[in-house]
Amino acid sequence: MLAARAQMGTSLAFHFVFSALGIGLPLLLVIVEGLYLRTGDRTYYALARTWAKAMAALFAIGAVSGTTIAFELGLLWPVFMREAGGIIGIPFSAEGFAFFIEAIFVGIYLYGWERLSPRAHWLCSIPIAVSGALAGFFVVCANAWMNTPTGFRLDAHGMPVDVEPLAAMFNPAWPTEVAHTLLAAYIFVGFGVAAWYAFKRLRGDTFGSLHAIRIAMLVGAIAIPIQFVVGDLSARFDAHAEPAKLAALEGQFQTQAGAPLRIGGLPDAAQHRTRYAIEIPKLLSILSFENPNAVVRGLDSFAADRRPPVLFVHLSFQLMVGSATLLLLIAIWWFVLQCKRAEFSRLFLWALVGSGVLGFLAMEAGWMVTEEGRQPWIVQGYWLTRDAVTPAPALDVAFAIFTLIYILLSITLAWLLIRIDRGMDSVQ
Amino acid sequence: MTPEHAAMLLILCAIVLYAIFGGADFGGGVWDLLATGPRREAQREAIGLAMGPVWETNHVWLIFALVALFTCFPPVFAKLSIALYFPLTFALVGIIARGAAFAFRGPSTRDLWIHRAWGQVFGAASILTPFFFGAAAAGVATGTFDWLRPFSWCVGLLAVSLCAQLAATFLCAETRAADLENDFRLRAVAATFAVATFGLIALLAAAKYAPAIFKGLVHAWPAVALAMLAGLVVLTLLWRRRFHSARVAVAIEAAAIFTGWYVAQAPVLRVDLGLQTLAASPATIVTFLWIALVGSAVLIPSLLLLFTIFKRDVSFPPDPLRDARDADENVGTI
Repeated sequence: MLAARAQMGTSLAFHFVFSALGIGLPLLLVIVEGLYLRTGDRTYYALARTWAKAMAALFAIGAVSGTTIAFELGLLWPVFMREAGGIIGIPFSAEGFAFFIEAIFVGIYLYGWERLSPRAHWLCSIPIAVSGALAGFFVVCANAWMNTPTGFRLDAHGMPVDVEPLAAMFNPAWPTEVAHTLLAAYIFVGFGVAAWYAFKRLRGDTFGSLHAIRIAMLVGAIAIPIQFVVGDLSARFDAHAEPAKLAALEGQFQTQAGAPLRIGGLPDAAQHRTRYAIEIPKLLSILSFENPNAVVRGLDSFAADRRPPVLFVHLSFQLMVGSATLLLLIAIWWFVLQCKRAEFSRLFLWALVGSGVLGFLAMEAGWMVTEEGRQPWIVQGYWLTRDAVTPAPALDVAFAIFTLIYILLSITLAWLLIRIDRGMDSVQ
Repeated sequence: MTPEHAAMLLILCAIVLYAIFGGADFGGGVWDLLATGPRREAQREAIGLAMGPVWETNHVWLIFALVALFTCFPPVFAKLSIALYFPLTFALVGIIARGAAFAFRGPSTRDLWIHRAWGQVFGAASILTPFFFGAAAAGVATGTFDWLRPFSWCVGLLAVSLCAQLAATFLCAETRAADLENDFRLRAVAATFAVATFGLIALLAAAKYAPAIFKGLVHAWPAVALAMLAGLVVLTLLWRRRFHSARVAVAIEAAAIFTGWYVAQAPVLRVDLGLQTLAASPATIVTFLWIALVGSAVLIPSLLLLFTIFKRDVSFPPDPLRDARDADENVGTI
């Protein structure tokens, strides 16, 4: 089972990056090509051509890694799919259509520069951004169902009956989880693109970098403060709907009234306590239940084999919140510089470079929090992950092969993107 | 027709469309690998140009068929995934390699060794993926899920040659230069003979090794006859250089082969498994059909737009007059 989880986890973490790019990059393209049409500034045009080429490569990898996921759902978790497919397949089917539309307009957009009028070409970028976000919306709805399953009940034989697919799709967790994930995608892409151009500027290549940073930071800096509000809503939602996850991500072992908020620290599952954390008294109770003396359920109140891996979940959560806090500070710094119309110092550019890494870390860590925080369940409260796995042999070999493929793809892709970027000056 | 049958029909349609469009993409890879003669690079360029705007869309048919299958018939999806773990995993590796290779050997890497290397990967994966899909489909058809038998290999080879036939025929219609058109015409004829050969061998192999499916194929004789007839029509149209009509004929041939495959195994589905008991709850099926209806209302116009922009007007080599016009419009842009 470990190999199956590792393979699925690697595939998802890999695909996650490309689906986030598939959501975020089209938005940047809508903005940059729109600005070109409005201003006639050739720099925007050069940026749009370069980003479109990058999107071509990224979208191809995203499409094949998405196909991988669709296959692996069956190849690795056939038992889960047999039980759950009929309940939660609906958002996947809808996502199929959204992805269809995205693929069609990506094709038109990438190959249509010379075949369409500039305005028609720009209009084709809008369906890409919309259907990309819609596809994300549908898939995250399905994932939210695994956290807060609704829309069915189990009969005496443990088979799902009374299935209501729309109730399953619009389960309690979908609003916060969808908003949180889409914003994470925009943050990752916004800061990532800004980081790339900040790095180029530091190395003396200034062409287009200010234009690019302005657009990318606009997206990132708008998304990050909203993300804090949504993140707070998510945690409060977890306090009610997924107490084990909240306890794991906060490193809360004992059930406690007036629980403190822990910053940092190492949860020690054997000793049942979290060491070395900075504790802010009563803040967790306030944040979770708006009451300083509210009782927060601890991990110890769950059976030993029903607890998520607390060390990993807590550290991932700290990494996510820590990265996001730094991103917020960088966004404010950028905003102040913009208002003062000041030059970017080298220090600020280095901070931007760091923000690219932070956005990536925050997104992947957040994904780990929600997936690992749900363990040992594959569907919270109904099916255990270990019961869902395939009986197929040699899973560890398959895992090794797929990991190798992903490493090879990542290296080649990075090299290709650098090459595409070098070609940018020739597209002026 | 019950909702379950409607859903099954939609899935079959998606599989047929994947076979035609996705199959042509695989075939493009086959001819990329087998490109020979003085116009080798021109052939590859024509293939890349024809596939570029549409290959990702063509590929989504497969994703759609998969999600529709696990939504509407989850036990079938689970059973196929377990029984055909190996051929499907191999096909999946092929799909990843192909998609990545197509991206990596784009114009940004031209004239580099890595371009050639990924080109080889692209070609090899384009042969292996349909082969394993074909073998898996044969395993399903016999009801034994045994894909390591002579019958399965024949069907695998039939799948590869069908892809090659589709691609070469489509390329004839999309090529304007006479010598290049002749190259693809020759290849289309050769591939048509390959399809006929492997099709007949598969039939004989079925008679010997898989009597159940042979009986099914006899039962499905109209589809089998239509496939053979369409194959002859393809040959005739290729001979008379009616490439646009040949495109339609070869698509009908592929659809007939798949319909034959589906009908031939229908007794297995009906008797051994039963469509109703394999289906998800009626609420799910009906919701799925509504989503398909609404989705198609957006999808079909978008598909028409895509194919109108890139496929109505033949394009290789590019029209020098139009290129000059484009250059005038974009002075200083490129």
